[in-house]
Amino acid sequence: MNDNVFPLGNEDLLEAYRTMKTIREFEERLHVDFGRGEIPGFVHLYAGEEAAATGIMMHLNDQDRIASTHRGHGHCIAKGVDINAMMAEIYGKVTGACRGKGGSMHIADLSKGMMGANGILGAGSPLACGAALAAKTLGHGGIGMSFTGDGASNQGTFLESLNLAAIWNLPMVFVVENNGYAESTSVDYATAVDSYADRAAGFGVPGVIVDGTDFFAVYEAAGEIIRRAREGGGPSLMECKMVRFFGHFEGDAQTYRGAGENEHNRANRDCLKLFRARVTEADVIDGGDLDAIDSEVLAAIEQAVEQAVAAPLPGAADLTTDVYVRY
Amino acid sequence: MARNLSMKDAINEALDQEMARDPTVIVMGEDIVGGSGSPGEDDAWGGVLGVTKGLYAKHGDRLIDTPLSESAYIGAAIGASTCGLRPVAELMFLDFMGVCFDQIFNQAAKFRYMFGGKAETPVTIRAMVGAGFRAAAQHSQMLTPIVTHIPGLKVVCPSNAYDAKGLLIQSIRDNDPVIFCEHKNLYAHESDVPEESYTVPFGEANIVREGADATIVAYGLMVHRASEAAEALAKEGIQCEIVDLRTLSPIDIDSVVESVENTGRLICVDEANPRCSIAADVTATLSQEAFGSLKAAPQLVTAPHTPVPFSPALEDLYIPSAEHIVDAVRKTMAP
Ligand SMILES: Cc1ncc(C[n+]2csc(CCOP(=O)(O)OP(=O)(O)O)c2C)c(N)n1
Ligand SMILES: [Mg+2]
Repeated sequence: MNDNVFPLGNEDLLEAYRTMKTIREFEERLHVDFGRGEIPGFVHLYAGEEAAATGIMMHLNDQDRIASTHRGHGHCIAKGVDINAMMAEIYGKVTGACRGKGGSMHIADLSKGMMGANGILGAGSPLACGAALAAKTLGHGGIGMSFTGDGASNQGTFLESLNLAAIWNLPMVFVVENNGYAESTSVDYATAVDSYADRAAGFGVPGVIVDGTDFFAVYEAAGEIIRRAREGGGPSLMECKMVRFFGHFEGDAQTYRGAGENEHNRANRDCLKLFRARVTEADVIDGGDLDAIDSEVLAAIEQAVEQAVAAPLPGAADLTTDVYVRY
Repeated sequence: MARNLSMKDAINEALDQEMARDPTVIVMGEDIVGGSGSPGEDDAWGGVLGVTKGLYAKHGDRLIDTPLSESAYIGAAIGASTCGLRPVAELMFLDFMGVCFDQIFNQAAKFRYMFGGKAETPVTIRAMVGAGFRAAAQHSQMLTPIVTHIPGLKVVCPSNAYDAKGLLIQSIRDNDPVIFCEHKNLYAHESDVPEESYTVPFGEANIVREGADATIVAYGLMVHRASEAAEALAKEGIQCEIVDLRTLSPIDIDSVVESVENTGRLICVDEANPRCSIAADVTATLSQEAFGSLKAAPQLVTAPHTPVPFSPALEDLYIPSAEHIVDAVRKTMAP
């Protein structure tokens, strides 16, 4: 083995790989189980985008709050939400992260700083600004962070939040996940500027663009803007250019894509393959260690599914609980 | 000539015929064409559930995909309607009106009155409503009471393909802002629909079943639940009359009064949450107008006062069922 040339120690590299792999296999499994009719509702998969959530979230702790999107499984896993609770939630079971009341689009775990996936586009940014305001007021050193798709970044709430965070100098990070599409609509059609970093500049917020399939690029860029936010330097925007491997939601025929686009992405822009190549070619991590993680992850996902399937459904008494402090 | 058509296809046909008839009709919304700027197929989606599929091929640029900016495009549709166009703007799920509600209730709803009768706002806002899709708390609500509360808005919620076509054509031709609510669990529901263009007037309820013992008032999906309940009760010799409101604003209270004068019993069914619901509204108005005809206390059958749960096990309990309606009818029959 060579000396580690990466900005993370070997243990952290393995941890990063494990997180990305867990997200990938979680989503691949949901894709299959959805196809078999076992999963109800709308399911938006994060496969292909793992390096972004993972490279960013490795800089965060439970004090740091994130507001996620409809495509939230990856954010949850990278923020440390228990995959068993997530899987049970997606299966609509009472053992789920939200007792079966939220489902795929609404997984939350406030104890982990995960403020919730969201069914409303653009809803997360103001909420995360609130988290940043709370962190600043309480002085606990945490930050607020919102994830927003390329499409949802055209919501007024997102643009208003950029200005709000700037004038209040909030410890806030705006992550724009640019996977090229909002449902079937191209970012080139829906967004007038070439980059979201340019847009941030118009709000007096520094912006940076990274290759969201490159874990190391994400990790480094995120590290800098998160440190700046923590140290009182104010908000930043980070645009991750990435690819989504599946359709917008499960059931999407994806006829809007170019010929061979998905195959090309899987072959050339797979963040897991790229990561593996980098760390093994540098002779820092042994491929066998990654293989071992692969098997452990698959076993963990299998267990999560088995537990979710076996878990009880919520009952009639659960219908009217948790509307207010006391119903 | 009438054919069997799904509600989804009936809505598509209404849009198609109105666009062909009137060049000022435009249709806009998120992915209503689909594939804009993308390398693959044009008209890749035709709306999130395919309702507008195929219209782009016929009417081209009068179908406009929008960015994910409801305040901007719903507002633009409203503004354009005051300036010579008849836009049909799709809000996808009515739940999303939270993002753009100012444009709807402080702007569109107010112009005619606030400007002393000088403004026309012929805009139609189409949106999906209702539960049963396992789509959870932010994509399943029946928010009809909120829009019905606002003077100046017209509110439509068809229960079948025939009404959907006629009411949508009426909405497009109407010179007031219309919130056109499409129950997502009725898109596949089929009924006889004439090929030619026709309108169903606003403010005229439809008596979908006649009966002398009890009046069930419903709209949207609940009309079907009421029919199931009426079938079951008919086997016991209890004959229910079902009033399908079709439009919630304007509302046809006269038909309800007339029916209750006959039956003496009122059961209002509403998929919305109970407080300030359509069911509560109809019950209150009816009690005031026809108190003397009532033989029993009116019954309300609604969703509980909770958000819509995700888990199918809970969502099925959330949505008012035929059994709930049967129980409510029985309550009015108890001596
Ligand atoms: C306010 C609102 N409008 C529309 C939708 C429907 N919708 C859900 S996801 C989506 C596309 C989002 O695209 P993008 O922000 O790029 O995120 P991606 O799905 O690519 O991750 C749309 C239009 C919604 N959920 N909320
Ligand atoms: Mg996108």
